[in-house]
Amino acid sequence: MAAGDIMLDLRDIHKSFFIGTPNEFEVLHGVNFTVHEGEFVSIVGQSGSGKSTLMNIIGALDRPTSGEYTLDGVDIEKAKDHELSILRNKKIGFVFQTYNLIARTNAIKNVELPMMYAGIGRSERSERAKMLLEQVGMANRMMHNPDELSGGQKQRVAIARAMANDPAIILADEPTGALDSATGRLIMDIFHRLHEEQGKTIVLITHSPELSQETERIITLRDGDIKGEADGRWAEIKEELSC
Amino acid sequence: MLITENILLALAGLKSNIMRSLLTMLGIIIGIASVIAIMTVGNSITVMVNTQMQEMGANNLTVGVSAKSTSEESTTSGLHFGAGNRRSMDTDDYITDDMLDTFLDEYADNIKYTLLSSTVGSGTAVDGDLYAYVNIVGYNQDYMDYTNLDLLAGRNFIEQDYENAQKVCIVSDYFVNNMFSGDTSSALGSAIEVSIDGKYYTYYIVGVYEYDSSTWFSDSTEDTTTDMYIPYDTARNQLHTMNEGYSSITLVTTIDTDSESFADTVESYFNTMFYSNNEDYEVTVTSMASMIESMTTMISTIELALAIIAGISLVVGGIGVMNIMLVSITERTKEIGTRKALGATNGSIRLQFITESVVICIMGGLIGIVLGVVLGSVAATYMGYSASVSISAIVVAVAFSMAIGIFFGYYPANKAAKLNPIDALRYE
Repeated sequence: MAAGDIMLDLRDIHKSFFIGTPNEFEVLHGVNFTVHEGEFVSIVGQSGSGKSTLMNIIGALDRPTSGEYTLDGVDIEKAKDHELSILRNKKIGFVFQTYNLIARTNAIKNVELPMMYAGIGRSERSERAKMLLEQVGMANRMMHNPDELSGGQKQRVAIARAMANDPAIILADEPTGALDSATGRLIMDIFHRLHEEQGKTIVLITHSPELSQETERIITLRDGDIKGEADGRWAEIKEELSC
Repeated sequence: MLITENILLALAGLKSNIMRSLLTMLGIIIGIASVIAIMTVGNSITVMVNTQMQEMGANNLTVGVSAKSTSEESTTSGLHFGAGNRRSMDTDDYITDDMLDTFLDEYADNIKYTLLSSTVGSGTAVDGDLYAYVNIVGYNQDYMDYTNLDLLAGRNFIEQDYENAQKVCIVSDYFVNNMFSGDTSSALGSAIEVSIDGKYYTYYIVGVYEYDSSTWFSDSTEDTTTDMYIPYDTARNQLHTMNEGYSSITLVTTIDTDSESFADTVESYFNTMFYSNNEDYEVTVTSMASMIESMTTMISTIELALAIIAGISLVVGGIGVMNIMLVSITERTKEIGTRKALGATNGSIRLQFITESVVICIMGGLIGIVLGVVLGSVAATYMGYSASVSISAIVVAVAFSMAIGIFFGYYPANKAAKLNPIDALRYE
């Protein structure tokens, strides 16, 4: 198990939503966990367990009601809104279940987008985007718009986009949820390769215990609390899966 | 850098939904096109009127006798007709030859021509079956020099013609065509008889000038009335106004004279010298330059009023753009969420949508300018003016459509920028 510096550090994270006064609905009741650099961790939970809320907090899309969250040394509590934008841009690579590619914009432009917001020059951008698309096996589809791509292809473009600014963590929310098992396998293999070959820190959020077994560590979330941490079976199955 | 990206993005967006883009732009197109068309027509008229009036003489001063405005009347300027119990103008009130001579001695350096004319009237020259319509005008020597007729045959008036009030005339080639089947040599020296209101006048033709049919108010038909020139004193003799003086004189100043300020000089000269004892009448001097100016001001005012009315349609167009921007933002909520997740700040989202709205408006503006110039030119040409496009109107139109884009794009863009990224991402 890799044990580098601490990448994510969540301490006593609470999150409540107001559902009209005077009711307040607490979704997360004090979540604590740590992710180290180079780790491949999964967060498993049924729907309603609070994993989406947790993901939004990890992804700096939302702030916790209370608790401390440090991402790659940055204290999220104290960050202003536009600082959160920069944080999402530079430190987090999102992979969504529904791909969320920008419509009417070809693969290469989609991958360039985070770099554009980071203020990287045009030629450097397109060079890096090409390189990233080659890595996910999309070299021959770079000029295609999302509506000309299959689900698996779209997800590969989305992974390349997540890698654009070389983020501290990749945050994947049910990345295979909308794909058939064969394509899902292909996507998981890409994550494994990023993890093994480039030492990427990956947080996979899923409802599937089976998929979570493919990671190094499994954090189980139930009713807004962490119900347990266990080692995944990645070390065992690594040999048979590696291509 | 982000600006160019946003412009390209907006253009791609426009291209992907051409029909909607065109319909959105339509309001702006119509607004800008009508403003530009009106400005083009207005500009063409102004240029035309200016040229016409310049040709008539920018150095001309009209010296006329007019009713003195009393203090009560000065508030309702201009309309003196039927003004109370004022005595009507008498020949005693006219400018006399003595006054004129004194004045001309004083200001000889400033005056090139003193134009005196007297219209005998419009009538018909008849010779058997042949006839021609003429307008008989008497010109003094200065006036003939100033008019500088394009003589085709014969001669101009000579000094004896003026001094002795000879019954000679200069007619148009058009007149010769009608009366002498175009035979100029037989026309010269012939006597012709013209009847005006039952009175008959006889003149001898000494010259033939070329009738200029190119002026805007003329259209040559069989029955065109052309001018027949006679010496000034000949006309005054026939009208029995020989010693009456003048109710109005036109002065042509020299090139070096500032006609507008000279007009004031002339006015005060006449009024102090000759009219200080006249209780009812005085001399007013109008310069052609100031007339051109007031004419131009009048046209621009009308033009501006029309352009403002047309501009209202621009506001309607802008509201259309805002409406479509709001629809577009709702449709693209998820895209906005994704962009925010990828690191777009509120500012960059706002900039993206404002750019989009500005691009729509400027595209509409450009199409509108082309359309407006074409429409305006066609209209001006159809109305008989040579089309003259107003460059300033085009610059203003581009700036204005940009301003509309920013103004009507700001609210939707701000709404997009303030979307909560989580809600936007989850939006279906």
